[in-house]
Amino acid sequence: MSAAGSTTALVVGAGIGGITAALDIANSGFPVVLVEREPSIGGHMAQLSETFPTLDCSQCIMTPRTVEVGHHDLVRLHTYSEIESVRRSDSGGFVVGIRRRAAYVDGDKCTGCGVCQEKCPFKVESAFERGIGPRKVIYTLSPQAVPNKPVLDAEHCRYLQSKWDMQAGRSPSVDKNGQPVSPKCGACAKFCPTGALNWDQQDTLVEEEVGAVILATGYDLLPASRLPEYGGGELKDVVDGLAFERLLAASGPTAGKVLRPSDGAVPKHVVFVQCSGSRDPERGVPYCSKICCLYVAKQAMLYKHRVPDGEASVFYIDVRAGGKGYEEFVTRAQEEHHVRYLRGKVSRIYAEDGRLIVKGVDTLSHRAVEVQADLVVLATAIVPRVSTPGVAGLFGVAADENSFLVSGDEEMAPVESGAEGVFLAGAALGPKDIPETVAQASGAAAKVLSLFLRRRMAETTAPAGEGMRAA
Amino acid sequence: MTQAARAYSYFPGCTLATTAVDYDLSGRAVAAALGLELNEVPDWNCCGATFPLSAENVMSFIAPARVLIAAERSGHDLATLCAVCFHVLKRSDAYLRAHSEAAERLNAFVTEGDYTGQTRVRHLLGVVRDDVGWEAVKQRVAAPLTGLAAAPYYGCLLLRPQEEMEFDQAERPRVLQDLLRVLGATPVEFPRQAECCGSTLVVSAPDANRRLSTAVVDSARRAGAAMIVTACPLCKYNLDQAQAGRPSPEQLPVAYFTQVMAAAFGMLQVAGPAFAVEAAT
Repeated sequence: MSAAGSTTALVVGAGIGGITAALDIANSGFPVVLVEREPSIGGHMAQLSETFPTLDCSQCIMTPRTVEVGHHDLVRLHTYSEIESVRRSDSGGFVVGIRRRAAYVDGDKCTGCGVCQEKCPFKVESAFERGIGPRKVIYTLSPQAVPNKPVLDAEHCRYLQSKWDMQAGRSPSVDKNGQPVSPKCGACAKFCPTGALNWDQQDTLVEEEVGAVILATGYDLLPASRLPEYGGGELKDVVDGLAFERLLAASGPTAGKVLRPSDGAVPKHVVFVQCSGSRDPERGVPYCSKICCLYVAKQAMLYKHRVPDGEASVFYIDVRAGGKGYEEFVTRAQEEHHVRYLRGKVSRIYAEDGRLIVKGVDTLSHRAVEVQADLVVLATAIVPRVSTPGVAGLFGVAADENSFLVSGDEEMAPVESGAEGVFLAGAALGPKDIPETVAQASGAAAKVLSLFLRRRMAETTAPAGEGMRAA
Repeated sequence: MTQAARAYSYFPGCTLATTAVDYDLSGRAVAAALGLELNEVPDWNCCGATFPLSAENVMSFIAPARVLIAAERSGHDLATLCAVCFHVLKRSDAYLRAHSEAAERLNAFVTEGDYTGQTRVRHLLGVVRDDVGWEAVKQRVAAPLTGLAAAPYYGCLLLRPQEEMEFDQAERPRVLQDLLRVLGATPVEFPRQAECCGSTLVVSAPDANRRLSTAVVDSARRAGAAMIVTACPLCKYNLDQAQAGRPSPEQLPVAYFTQVMAAAFGMLQVAGPAFAVEAAT
């Protein structure tokens, strides 16, 4: 590497922000290392059914980008991987240690045919489906997954567990005739046409030297267990916003039919609770989660499309629809789709006599109200990924009291961090919708590109032996 | 029960000395059975009955502070059974701990001694859970309450505010459920288990009070309960009153947790009428 420093970028997180930044940089001719914790890229946007305010199919508008980044000559993709160590290189860049978790599948042999997933006899709850649908033990997140190679969940795998039990002496490795016992199941390996299952695969550590970093680690939702007054996650028909996206999504566990999780019935009254944990410094988080007003309006609208005789009610504190076309979008939900908006907080949600009761207040009619619901959707607060402060810390980037990343200057340098060469984008900085995330990702990419171009110029114009001049 | 008796300063409070003597008696009996030594606070007075919300008025803290000071001098934790007393004493203690200037002014008024914040205020149910432990309670069970569908009813004062009371999760409390399970009974979850019974509205707005209490009773019944279990004498009073006009088969008996424990320990003489009926049938 030249004295001017590396012109390879590292992007951490391959949601729509990370993908956008990676493409902007790679399409300008600079190599990118893109690291994603999940088995495939796309982040939360891959879970959404449709986007606001255009009602575009989320998968459809994102797939060209996931495919492009997945096949880009200048993008090296590490999925199912985590940043483990970071040190500054001599040239001012970073040497980054990346742990690639064992997938038990040989990526070179696997063709992504999907037979293993079909044949695997075991199902477990899927985090991607937000607990309302299963996945197989060997799985990809979705049929459109990039990369479309499955990973195997060792903890739930019958074959690996029985193999490891025998190796550790927890179960006998020979039968009563002294014949060696083979581990149970192994259906995926039996049916794999290319012999891609690799039972001995281990985590591998990869080192990458990069000259700039973009952190785009995204968000999560406040766990329902933090909201005991709303059932604490124990009421099956009280789901969060992402779970409802999966119920609406054509690729979801119900193939886009709105069916409630407890009994598969079509809910005739869906109640949405905005600010579930947001703007609640005492019990939840103090800030506004920003995207809920719009996605609730969208979800209520989509529900009415799917269940025309159904009723949708929304409890809200106030509707914050700041954004191009956003206010009009909410008005459309109210006026054209007759979504009922109740201004007030919900105090409790409980099950009684087989129905859900939502107790709240309607501050416009000054009345306490009790609403019966078949399904309740909690617009739970946006929170950073649990791992975000740790990863950021490795790069010398600070997190705030809510664990969101801190910009070098919130007003004038929103995508720069306090650490040289590290840039930030997306919901890891604070709640953000898709357009804002994409804009910020392009901004961070532009910062990286300007840094790289300065380095390249320094390399080509500085005569040997002479120090760099200030640009 | 081989370990040495644990000693506590015990504050019965006005209600347990008058209309809720059965709570006091059963409480003392099960405490003794569990090896807890309850030493009644000498020369005690009313706790004040409501937590003074106008904190500026130090005078209103004198009643609870006198009790806290007496307990402090005994050198033991202060245990009580009445949820209202627990609420007032616990929060007064928290307030005085956090406001040393108020404690100082108050000490100038009280002649028996100084409040220094050395006492921990406890509810006996918390003592049973934390100091005795469920395993020891289980060992004491002589007549498991198998098949008894009991609805744990907390009300509000026992739990809230959660951070100050340091007792259980205010929205999803568990301690009574855990106790009932240990005693062999089946806890019945019902949505109004931590909602207000109407409290002292029984004096100022009896209709509103009745509405709230009736909702609690009906909710427990709909959930399949054969009995309501409480740790508050005011809750019991209100829930009983709400059912007073009903024919007896439609009434849900309301028992103190100490009575339920007494029944499971085989101490039927202090278990109260709910278990007398049970024993007769």
